[in-house]
Amino acid sequence: MISLVQIEALAIRRGERLLFEHLDFTVAAGEAVALTGRNGAGKTSLLRAVAGLLRPAAGTVRFAGVEDADEARATGLHLIGHLDGLKGGRTAREELAFAARWTGADAAGLASAAETLELARLLDLEVRKLSAGQRRRVALARLVAAPRALWLLDEPLAPLDSVWRERIGGLMAAHLAGGGLMLAAVHDPLPIPARAVEIGA
Amino acid sequence: MSPLLVLLRRELALAWGRGGGPLPALAFYAGITTLLPLAIGPEPDRLAVIAPGIAWLALALASLLSLERLFERDHEDGTLDLLALGGPPLEAVCAVKALAQWLATGLPLALAAPVAAVMLGAPPSLAPVIVLCALAGSLAFAFVGGMGAALALGSRRGGLLIAVIVLPLFAPPVIFGGGALSQAASGLGGTSGLLLLGAWAAVAVALSPLAMAAACRNALD
Repeated sequence: MISLVQIEALAIRRGERLLFEHLDFTVAAGEAVALTGRNGAGKTSLLRAVAGLLRPAAGTVRFAGVEDADEARATGLHLIGHLDGLKGGRTAREELAFAARWTGADAAGLASAAETLELARLLDLEVRKLSAGQRRRVALARLVAAPRALWLLDEPLAPLDSVWRERIGGLMAAHLAGGGLMLAAVHDPLPIPARAVEIGA
Repeated sequence: MSPLLVLLRRELALAWGRGGGPLPALAFYAGITTLLPLAIGPEPDRLAVIAPGIAWLALALASLLSLERLFERDHEDGTLDLLALGGPPLEAVCAVKALAQWLATGLPLALAAPVAAVMLGAPPSLAPVIVLCALAGSLAFAFVGGMGAALALGSRRGGLLIAVIVLPLFAPPVIFGGGALSQAASGLGGTSGLLLLGAWAAVAVALSPLAMAAACRNALD
């Protein structure tokens, strides 16, 4: 299980533009880090670099607790971006079941995720018929269905109403209390205590 | 259930759910094989000679049809991120996607090929060779086509780009298959052409997932 994420001298370049360089910080087990910064500062790119989807121009991302970085990524992290990764033409049940099983969930995990995020009424609807907030809840359900140590969340609460922001805050707190790590790009403050790291300051 | 099996089932469900599975490709295939004789002329003798070739070439063209959405739809909605972060390597993901593409369109087309050829007047005794050709060929077309689809990720008018990338790579199997068919038609069995086609298909299945995965990584970066 990932116990520490260490970001050292990271620089990310998109095309000709250098988004940031010399970025150093760590996320320890039980800790949440809120990435802040202007639009286009590179918060999403940083999350994708930690997930290994984007090659940084310089610097490294290290994971303590798992030998191999690729294995750490394949088995130890969830990335939920502003694209939910849900197909409009399929039912929420099919999409959730695929995303959760793909990341290692079993039937019990799926059931508990559907219950925690109160998806029972939504599961038989096509994803295109869900509101933005409901879609996000379906996407977030995989965090509960398939427990993984590191959560990389890109504006996770943006489409949610205040009730659900509180409740997702509860899930985050429980994840951290269980030794999880969280790195979230946010504009609004998270509903839980988090260390802020400003990107592109 | 293994994650790759879950993925295969999802890909097949997606192919059937949205695109109607093999139906558009089959309709296109039926269209070409009906229109070509109208253009060439109705003399049965002439048609019978070119029937296996028409059935074979139309298969190559029909294989191009649904390639555009193979990776693009997953790239657009963020699913490709999820697929890249699962347990199995991206190469295996790409191989499964291409396999599903073959099962959903290539295999039905391969089974339709001898019917079309015999309908156009090819001797029924050629049907086994045509089926073998079409099975190996459509498998290779699906994998090579997947490579084109992955390379075209993120570009506008990707469908056109896929055709431009993939059609030159379709040339060797079309030649091998065509050779096998004409050998068989002249009573020589057609084994050598089939073997070459099989070898080409095996190489395509083995190597193109590597290229597909590299192209997908590039598109995600």
